[in-house]
Amino acid sequence: MSAVVASAARPRPRPGKSIFRHHVVRAVISIAVFLVLWELGSRLKAPWVGDVPPPTVVMNTWLPLLTDQGYWYSWYQSSRRVLSGFLAAMLIGIPFGLAMATSRFFHDVTFPVFEILRPVPPLAWVPASIIFWPTQELSITFVTFLGAFYTIVINVLGGARSIDVRYFQAAQSMGSSSWDIFRRIILPGTLPSIVVGSAVGMGITWEVVVAAEMISGGGSQAAGTGGGLGFFIWNSYVGGSYEQIVVGMISIGVAGYFSSELLRWLGKYVTPWLRVR
Amino acid sequence: MNQSAQTTRLAVDPGEIVVTGVSKSYGAVGRHKDVVRDCSFTIERGKLTVMIGPSGCGKSTLIRLLAGFERPTEGTVRLDGQPVTGPDRDRLVVFQETALFPWMTTYDNIMYGPRARGEVTRETLDLAEFLLNKVGLQEFRNKYPLQLSGGMQRRAELARAMINNPRVMVLDEPFRGLDAMTKELMWEYYSRLFEESGRTNFFVTTDIDEAVFLADRLLIMSNIPTQVRAVVEVDVPRPRRLTEIIESDRANEIKREALSILHAEAMRSFARGSKAATDFVEAYLKRANRA
Repeated sequence: MSAVVASAARPRPRPGKSIFRHHVVRAVISIAVFLVLWELGSRLKAPWVGDVPPPTVVMNTWLPLLTDQGYWYSWYQSSRRVLSGFLAAMLIGIPFGLAMATSRFFHDVTFPVFEILRPVPPLAWVPASIIFWPTQELSITFVTFLGAFYTIVINVLGGARSIDVRYFQAAQSMGSSSWDIFRRIILPGTLPSIVVGSAVGMGITWEVVVAAEMISGGGSQAAGTGGGLGFFIWNSYVGGSYEQIVVGMISIGVAGYFSSELLRWLGKYVTPWLRVR
Repeated sequence: MNQSAQTTRLAVDPGEIVVTGVSKSYGAVGRHKDVVRDCSFTIERGKLTVMIGPSGCGKSTLIRLLAGFERPTEGTVRLDGQPVTGPDRDRLVVFQETALFPWMTTYDNIMYGPRARGEVTRETLDLAEFLLNKVGLQEFRNKYPLQLSGGMQRRAELARAMINNPRVMVLDEPFRGLDAMTKELMWEYYSRLFEESGRTNFFVTTDIDEAVFLADRLLIMSNIPTQVRAVVEVDVPRPRRLTEIIESDRANEIKREALSILHAEAMRSFARGSKAATDFVEAYLKRANRA
């Protein structure tokens, strides 16, 4: 009983009141502990992590890179590929999934082919797409597109299919036309699944783009079409710079985190009705 | 706004539904299963007809037939003499639990029908305000359904149906899932709404207290295949108060009568498919008849 009173009386940090909110502090602690363990493991030559350069050394390699144009150009290249592949997947995947959900005929015609192609890993497409597409750039973007496309379509289809049938019945009874039902029931009803599908799809595009850049060699640097963070890592490996490999890896982690965060924010913005309670 | 709320009136045009010899079966030919068989009844003009029956007895199927979401295998459903061929605003269904569109605010939900038909006029806008006040949700007009309590959701749904001025309002266990207190408040609220409007209402439930309190006419249904087992006129004067109904001898008499019919039906439903249970029920019914 007294414990309850005590905990109720203790002022709790209120979210949104201070810049260092509770969960931000926790996140900082979590990252700090991780870095300290890594540093110790590396310095003490612990098994497995003994050969990984410690974070302080990685930092020393990273700092000069922050002013290096080539490093930022890798960021730019990978981000651009992710973004164009992802946007293409959204632009094609959402209407495709919606068409599959709303038209029996379209579904029956496209679904078998879709289901046969879906298990083929995007990376298995790299050699073929290098042959099919005129430029290296297009083939990498195409593989990135595939990574997000299947996930988005499956989510849109599942989302549209799981809309409560009573919503359609209610709308029909109240005199809705098919177009009205599509616009005011199917579209908003599928939106939460579109958000989930794109968040997952975005994660996959980062995985895919980096691997595609490695395999394809990132294209030719000279023509200004190559590079990318995947190529940056591969190049560091070939050049024997372990520190730079780690820099590349962390860069991708940070890039992936920010794109997911951006999508989450956008997702909340377009589905205000889920934000409630 | 207050002024328009006072001057706005619901011009109600109550309809009458006649169900004649309706059967509905599902499944392939030869292996099909009758859910409704040769069912006939009338939903009388301007009255509140309550249909009560054991759960799983095919009431929801009947509602889909009345609403026009499905067609009967045999027989006809007519509204004021016109055969029902599909869903229409003249027969609106208020669904079990809630079927408010979660992505629309209370106001947008209520305005759905008029907007869908392109009837956004001064008159419907006034009507929306009138109904928002009537169901007590003026302050919650910009809230999403998930932000409303269970009782508010049901009231919003009633308003969403009423703005379309249906000739018959069909309610499929609308208060299911509400807690006991809210449910009783909704009974009184809903029956006042009905008494004011004089609209034809068809209310489906499994709750005998709800049925007796609300009904002008009580249709007691049999098990699958569904038929009307008995029709009871609930001749208890309106307006009704819950406290009065609990003490009313007539209401209790009707309740006992309905319960005894329902009990036999429920026992049959319970026993379906089990030889031992069927024997038990037969023995029980014989003893009951002798007594």
